[in-house]
Amino acid sequence: MKLALLSDLHANMPAFEACLAHAREQGASRLAILGDLVGYGPHPTEVVERCRELEQQGAIVLRGNHDTLDVNPVLTGSSWADMTAAWTHKQLDGAQREWLAQLPLTAVLDSVFLVHATADAPERWVYVQDEMTAARSLDAATRDAAVRYVFGGHVHQQSLFYRGSGRGLMRFVPRAGVAIPVGPHRRWLATVGSAGQPRDGDPRANYALLDLGAALLTFHRVAYDHGAVAREIRAAGLPLVLANRLEAGE
Amino acid sequence: MKPLVEGAELDGFRIGARIHAGAMAQIYAVTFADGRAAPFPMVMKVPRMAVGEGSENIVGFEIEHQLLQVLHGPHVPRFVAAGDLGRLPYLVMERLEGQTLEAWIASYTGARKFIPVEDIARLGAQIALAVHSLHQQNTCHLDLKPANVMLVEPERVVLLDFGLSCHADYPDLLAEEFRKAVGSPAWIAPEQVVGVRGDPRSDVFAIGVMLYEMATGELPFGEPQTTGGLRQRLWMEPRPPRARRADLPEWLQEIILRCLEPQADRRYPSAAHLAFDLRNPDQVRLTERARVTRGQGFWVHLKRWVRAAGLQYHPSPLAAQQIAQVPIVMVAVPHQEASDLTLYTLRQATARSLGTRPGARLAVVTVMKPGDASSTDSSRSETALHRRLLANLRQWAQGLDLADHQASFHVLEAGDVAQALLRYAEGNQVDLIIMGAATHGLQAQRFVATVPIKVAMSAPCTVILVKQTLPFEQLGQAEPAA
Repeated sequence: MKLALLSDLHANMPAFEACLAHAREQGASRLAILGDLVGYGPHPTEVVERCRELEQQGAIVLRGNHDTLDVNPVLTGSSWADMTAAWTHKQLDGAQREWLAQLPLTAVLDSVFLVHATADAPERWVYVQDEMTAARSLDAATRDAAVRYVFGGHVHQQSLFYRGSGRGLMRFVPRAGVAIPVGPHRRWLATVGSAGQPRDGDPRANYALLDLGAALLTFHRVAYDHGAVAREIRAAGLPLVLANRLEAGE
Repeated sequence: MKPLVEGAELDGFRIGARIHAGAMAQIYAVTFADGRAAPFPMVMKVPRMAVGEGSENIVGFEIEHQLLQVLHGPHVPRFVAAGDLGRLPYLVMERLEGQTLEAWIASYTGARKFIPVEDIARLGAQIALAVHSLHQQNTCHLDLKPANVMLVEPERVVLLDFGLSCHADYPDLLAEEFRKAVGSPAWIAPEQVVGVRGDPRSDVFAIGVMLYEMATGELPFGEPQTTGGLRQRLWMEPRPPRARRADLPEWLQEIILRCLEPQADRRYPSAAHLAFDLRNPDQVRLTERARVTRGQGFWVHLKRWVRAAGLQYHPSPLAAQQIAQVPIVMVAVPHQEASDLTLYTLRQATARSLGTRPGARLAVVTVMKPGDASSTDSSRSETALHRRLLANLRQWAQGLDLADHQASFHVLEAGDVAQALLRYAEGNQVDLIIMGAATHGLQAQRFVATVPIKVAMSAPCTVILVKQTLPFEQLGQAEPAA
């Protein structure tokens, strides 16, 4: 099984489609979307509709913090995050909001545990930003002895955490396109990066592909017309910072 | 794993005789079970312990399992197959016929003889180039020692045992949060002692230990058994090799002691730089290191000891990136029909290239054709011409600021200029060639294979073709019709 792992689509349809097409080319046979389908970007309805369609075809779709916030936004908020959430809320119809609200927070597929943030407290939206938070998430997920891999998003960065020869976890920053051996005799936790709003200085969309049979994990970066999406963000009247961020990948 | 039985079949391989039973793994000769001929003799390496037991040697097998599948080139054993780590861990690879460097050194020490200097230099350069090819693939070996260097045929050196290696594209399975030394005590670099993994200059240090061993028959730091003994190399300088062997030339001592510098940035910046010096003894820049006959005094060692006490881990950048920052730049300088303007623009281009690459080393090369010398006129004899050309090259380079760059000068003798330049670039791991776009009055043309065109087309690296800056009065003129 080749499992494509996408997260943090953030209502960016061209980035989403580019990752899907790339994964298909790589022979992906399953798809998991690890939450934050909406928020920030100009295409919330399109992305939600496409995800519902994919879910019916067998994709796993999880709920992220933005999918939760944008369904029940602080409508009077004045920060740009609140304003964006309110805008997104208005774009979605009742059925779409209902569908988002009922999405699960976690899922298990074979030896793979899927979550938007961390396995130990999925509803608290903790960022996996160091070895400690990664270890807590990995420990919680692998209480089920069959689990070997934990995948999440939320941090908008690609990292692989593993146990070296010491006790604690080590963090590894992968190079795009390199197939990394991730043998099932070890336990691994990876953050797959963001498809719709990369923040590590490279504006290309992020996703990861796990070849479970060969035990190989590849982090990918896919180019798409991010300039066009930035223009749409400006045209929609969303906060300018979101467009700038997309152009710089920061 | 239990020992395999001779004659048994495993994943399509027929098990032959056991040829090695080590503490960590057993090695068997194997053939294809279906009788198909193998392109080369094969062995199967099987670890003694099961994967998941977590001990260091099984992790070492896991690392080798990863790396042999991705490393390529003549300096690693050719990979055939790998068994699933969880189910049936094994590796099938090329069986190497030859002698380890360890056995070769022992044949001299056993006979109480010193290894001839030319052989040390020749073999040392081959080893350095083999190691460089690993670094170019983003891998540091980190366990180089004579037992892991295989002399297969006169020109082929193969590196073995990647169990402690570090490939920058993969998570380092031997890394840990509280860093400790991983490596073989006699050859390990000082920074490895404090847990730094992934600096290509650690391998340069290990080559230095091997060169010291080849030159003197002794180990520069002995074989320390304790952490304190290991840490000695952070501040202590070994006894100069010439104090152990009087006939050793100064240039070789310079090379060896430069490799063994406790601080990585005082060593050769890449293994290719080291190979270059070993291949060009007359161009080695001699420093104090070449002349010392006694170890450093107490105060020097104390100062270093204090500095070493503060030494700690810091992550290293990608190996390939690190060595790319210290390229070997070769500039081909014409010696015939070269106008001052040609030589000037070539020098400008060289200065610009070096300016952006601190630590780069410069090789200034010219090619002398057999017909250039005269057998009757003694002032134009081969040696006289050679000397004159060498002086010309040095003079040409005088306009360059070479304070931060090691430079050397070479007159090649060959009938085919392009061939000679290409062969030189290949043999010395040159990363960048700079030469004039026009030679012997011929401008770069589309259909005529001039020397620069030939070089540019088949060079193993980037080539910069330098065009003359046109005098101002010509700038206004129309381009000649093509």
